[in-house]
Amino acid sequence: MFYREAGQFKTSYYADQAIFPILQDRIGVAAILFVAFTLPLAASDFFVGSVMIPFLVFSLAAIGLNILTGYTGLISLGTGAFMGVGAYACYKLTTIFPDVPIVAHILAAGFFSAAIGVIFGLPSLRIKGFYLAVATLAAQFFLQWCFVRIPWLYNNNASGAIEVPVRTLMGIDVTGANATPMVRYYVILAIVVAMTWVASNIVHGRVGRQWMAVRDMDIAAELIGIRLLNTKLLAFAVSSFYCGVAGAVMMFLWYGGGEAADAFNINQSFNILFMVIIGGLGSLIGSFFGAAFISSFPTLLKFGLPMVGIHIGSASVEHLTHFAIGALIIAFLIVEPHGLARLWQIGKQKLRVWPFPY
Amino acid sequence: MTSLDSAQGGVFNLKLGTGAWVLIGFALVAVVTALAVQAGALTRGDALYAVLVDPFVQMADMPDLLIQTLWDGFVAGMLYALIALGFVLIFKASGVFNFAQGIMVVFAALTLVGLHEFGFNAWIALALTLGVMFALAVAVERVVLRPLVNQPDIILFMATIGLTYALIGLGEFIFGGSPKVMITEELFLPRGSIDLKVFGGFVSLQKLDIAAAVIAFVMIAVLSAFFQYTRIGRALRAVADSHKAALSVGISLEQIWVIVWFTAGVVALITGIMWGARSDVSFALQIIALKALPVLILGGFTSVPGAIVGGLIIGIGEKVGEFYWGPLLGKGIEAWLAYMIALTFLLFRPQGLFGEKIIERI
Repeated sequence: MFYREAGQFKTSYYADQAIFPILQDRIGVAAILFVAFTLPLAASDFFVGSVMIPFLVFSLAAIGLNILTGYTGLISLGTGAFMGVGAYACYKLTTIFPDVPIVAHILAAGFFSAAIGVIFGLPSLRIKGFYLAVATLAAQFFLQWCFVRIPWLYNNNASGAIEVPVRTLMGIDVTGANATPMVRYYVILAIVVAMTWVASNIVHGRVGRQWMAVRDMDIAAELIGIRLLNTKLLAFAVSSFYCGVAGAVMMFLWYGGGEAADAFNINQSFNILFMVIIGGLGSLIGSFFGAAFISSFPTLLKFGLPMVGIHIGSASVEHLTHFAIGALIIAFLIVEPHGLARLWQIGKQKLRVWPFPY
Repeated sequence: MTSLDSAQGGVFNLKLGTGAWVLIGFALVAVVTALAVQAGALTRGDALYAVLVDPFVQMADMPDLLIQTLWDGFVAGMLYALIALGFVLIFKASGVFNFAQGIMVVFAALTLVGLHEFGFNAWIALALTLGVMFALAVAVERVVLRPLVNQPDIILFMATIGLTYALIGLGEFIFGGSPKVMITEELFLPRGSIDLKVFGGFVSLQKLDIAAAVIAFVMIAVLSAFFQYTRIGRALRAVADSHKAALSVGISLEQIWVIVWFTAGVVALITGIMWGARSDVSFALQIIALKALPVLILGGFTSVPGAIVGGLIIGIGEKVGEFYWGPLLGKGIEAWLAYMIALTFLLFRPQGLFGEKIIERI
């Protein structure tokens, strides 16, 4: 009743091919965007800085991994390293060209990440499945080693980490110590919205269909004239581009330097893989669900439990978080192996037929 | 591919495998290098000299160091092989890529040490730990495997990653997150080292490492005998071949899964004791446990001998590479060398050394 496409007739192919062909979807997206853009006016800096910004950054990385794993069916455990490539590339770029706006550097850093991704994607032409996952582990550990061992990458800093310089955009501090969470949030939000829109167009178009054909059955895909080499490498490139941008955004607009070496380790790769699986493989909105779930869960446990009157040590919270995330992943896989995105679809179907059962 | 190619082979009707070609390649490089050194084209100080000649000169000059490095690699490889063995057991029987094997190693060792800290005698703690591993096997079968039967591989793989996190959280919550010391003396594991005199130098072998090697060999022998000669072992092999066929002759899959996860748990416990005795027991070992993955690639997912040989290749290759070639790249190449070896290997032989040819080459 609330969500019915009946009566919404399309009179042109253009209208029929729209990403949101249903009026209710358009209203929903507009409402979400409105909330997203007005949120900092209502919410506290703490909420914006430590809930919304991580959520957006992880969403971007999850979209990147989802393009590779969900849409093309290639498992990657090197996401963290590809994010790191983006961060370090952005750092080098902004050091060499300090006058170019930082957002341009963040996007340009994605191309470096994409190039590295293509190189490490080459084995995917001969192997797949778990074997490929192990192959991408090689990327993870090799790149991580490079981040520590090549001083040129971090400008020979004594700290051995990225020290984010102050960069302004139209006279306002965007990075560095004085950038407010609100400004950083708006920059990230703009990047995420734009890149999600691009991703949505890619996966709904010819390229996305090629990826899905390769995922569903590579031999059949080859038979109908899809070039596996180009398709798989393109998936690696686009995926790494998104991950690289996410990494650059993470380092420059969220962390602001510091703990750089740890930010891109193997656990980060797993974290993002969880988001993609929990959210739903092969679904853009699932990437957002998964990122929201995994990134906000520790915060919830940390601040939510004391609110309801349960007080435990912070070390125990960390252990419990680990345990709860593990248990939840298993529970989720049992209840709904297709992730939160499937629950969302089921919910939409229920809304469509309500108040009748079917 | 082979029959067609050899038919078209013409005059040189000689078919060589990729392995042979790689060997020939290495031999050619060696001969060319030797000639270049003889002719004086390649001298000390060249970058190529440092990569191609210098490490071998070092090896020949100090054979005792070479033997020491090989031994270290052998012991490390043994431990990788034991972790990989747990993977292979579970993969063969249930087709699950058990990511949690590395964590099971730490969890078992932590339980053992933790129980001992709670005041149990070491041997009682050992028995109790075995009980815990059995309970874990039953729980995994009931909670994870049974509801997820018939799901795609990736889902089961993810479930074992979930299991990894759950085990880390559980272990740290019960026994605390601080690193612990393995109870070596209470379990009568030898300490100290033996110094051997070879080629005018000393090679020092830790008694513990020797014990580890012996125990590992005994365990592998016992396991293969178990697989070969017992009723349960036959059932396990039947399940590994085909789930459906095994079911149709009355083998209970649930039972087999519990047994195989328990066996993997026992392997994990023994590995954990060995490993914990060499360093300390903490979840930092998790990263090292990931090294079992390239071992699996080298050996193939379904081969027990492959896991052992792969483990030794990775262990020795990594230590030798780090010791002789590491300084050229600024140390620490141990972290990724194993994966690179596996990656290069995959390009030539995707099914592993002993694995079955099930991977599609596309």
